[in-house]
Amino acid sequence: MSFYKNMYSPKLIELFRNPKNVGEMPDADVKVTEGSLACGDMITIFLKVDEETKRITDIKFLSYGCAANIATTSIMTELVKGKTLEEAKKLTFKEIVDALGGLPPVKMHCAVLSIDGLRSAIRKYEEERGIVEVPELDESFIRSRLRRIINPRLGRDIVSTGIIEKISVHEGIVEIDVNMPEDQEFAGYIKEEIRERLERLPNVKELKINFLGG
Amino acid sequence: MKLIYLDNATTTALDPEVLEAMKPYFSEWYGVPTHEYGHSFGLKAREALEKSREVVARSIGAEPDEIIFTSGGTESNNLAIKGAALAGKDRSRIITSMIEHSSVLNVVRSLGTAGFQTSYLRVDGEGFVDLEELKEKIDDQTLLVSIQHANQEIGTIQDIEEIGRICREKGVLFHVDAVQSFTKVPIDVERMNIDLLSISAHKIHGPKGVGALYVREGVKLKPLIEGEHHEFGLRSGTENIPGIVGFAKAIEVADESHVEHMRRLRDRLIDGLLEIGDSRLNGPRGDRRLCNNVNVTFKYVEGESVLLHLDMRGIIVTTGSACFSKTLQPSHVILALGLKHEDAHGSVRFSLSKYNTMDEMNYTIRNVREVIEGLRAISPVGRR
Repeated sequence: MSFYKNMYSPKLIELFRNPKNVGEMPDADVKVTEGSLACGDMITIFLKVDEETKRITDIKFLSYGCAANIATTSIMTELVKGKTLEEAKKLTFKEIVDALGGLPPVKMHCAVLSIDGLRSAIRKYEEERGIVEVPELDESFIRSRLRRIINPRLGRDIVSTGIIEKISVHEGIVEIDVNMPEDQEFAGYIKEEIRERLERLPNVKELKINFLGG
Repeated sequence: MKLIYLDNATTTALDPEVLEAMKPYFSEWYGVPTHEYGHSFGLKAREALEKSREVVARSIGAEPDEIIFTSGGTESNNLAIKGAALAGKDRSRIITSMIEHSSVLNVVRSLGTAGFQTSYLRVDGEGFVDLEELKEKIDDQTLLVSIQHANQEIGTIQDIEEIGRICREKGVLFHVDAVQSFTKVPIDVERMNIDLLSISAHKIHGPKGVGALYVREGVKLKPLIEGEHHEFGLRSGTENIPGIVGFAKAIEVADESHVEHMRRLRDRLIDGLLEIGDSRLNGPRGDRRLCNNVNVTFKYVEGESVLLHLDMRGIIVTTGSACFSKTLQPSHVILALGLKHEDAHGSVRFSLSKYNTMDEMNYTIRNVREVIEGLRAISPVGRR
């Protein structure tokens, strides 16, 4: 892994210094907050959506986080402003990374958080207007949520990097086996991220995370 | 843009006098020490080595043959703890604190994995080790207690004399990581009952790549680096003569007036930063705090953003935020104080040196205020 791959790009630094679409939106149609203070990155997304065309007419954000958090969220807002909700849903974290001219692997999760914020805002808008229903708690739903967690060592999500050994869901009790020794350098981080993504879901009663190997 | 370097707990600028003292040993007298009856190049190097050893020994109240030169603080800590553990025949417990430097904590963890029993002492809200807990934890299986003199992040100065007294009474070895406190807080290995003590040159305006371990006469260590029996057989490898000469010079130029100067700057900086509001000082105040350490948590902001904004303004600091750590974990020191993760994420460390000035403190306070206010204006939390 080269030194330069682990550095912030000039584009990222520019957006960190002068973020776009930042601030509050008192008359937003929807407002969501993703991430947490404990994790050290948290964003609030405000959307204004045209009822007829389902186009995002305005988007703003607030950020508690590092330079990558601020820059990725800023560029996300630029990429979806003026798009329809369906178009915006298709935006991926990789497109954000490309638009920034790259992102260090250890900071990939920031791009994912900005996408999470966007998708949560769209989902909330759609749920509130009865466009979609709340999903059922099952293995594939858990897996889809885990796909949003980045393995900081590799810069790719924890599902595709093969460290999720087993997921079981039984009457609201979710148990996840992670194929990684508990003293691995990023184990603590991954555990907190899994908690963050799953524990607050209304139909999750209990969450068990087991680290395997050593 | 002028640069204000406030990361001296990480490393310091080389003092020009130190550089001058080192130069001849790079270019002119580049020999390595030989026996007392070797050639002139070898003798010149031997003389430099032994003179330096005396300077280091004198500075902590030790004898010259109790000083082992190493590559720095990390190696000294490794040699002290692993060396004592591997040489200690029948005892298996190692006691340390939760807020040690990673070159102590990771060594103790590693020995724990290898079968040693380990204990990590709690600290109070200011970072002081619980002495009652220490007394309770020392049992007849205890081999070694390793407690730092001053903390690298929050500047807490432990009561080393009292801890040394407890260890001596209970008959266990006492190692002190004094990398942060050396030349800033007086050290006397006799009075403090210290058996092993780690120090480093580059924290005191000396060169990088050189440190020392004090080993009390009679204390048995197993060497980690074996070879031609350099350094009394405890650390083989050709001696870093220019580095060792520089280390000794750095000790000689250190002065009590520097400590008083830094203390004045420190107190001004603490007062100015706390005026920013929604902020807290981490670690104690006054004489029990290292003279060059300021660590403040600013609520509702994240430290990496603060660090980068200050860097753009020419002010060099560091942070305990998870976003800035290699492992994405917040500072273990801030968490050990009983504070929340976000208190670590918003923590910023300013560490001073003799080269900083009062003007720099005032410039820093103004700029930190602007940066914190700017970041709070875009933060989703703490909005008014």
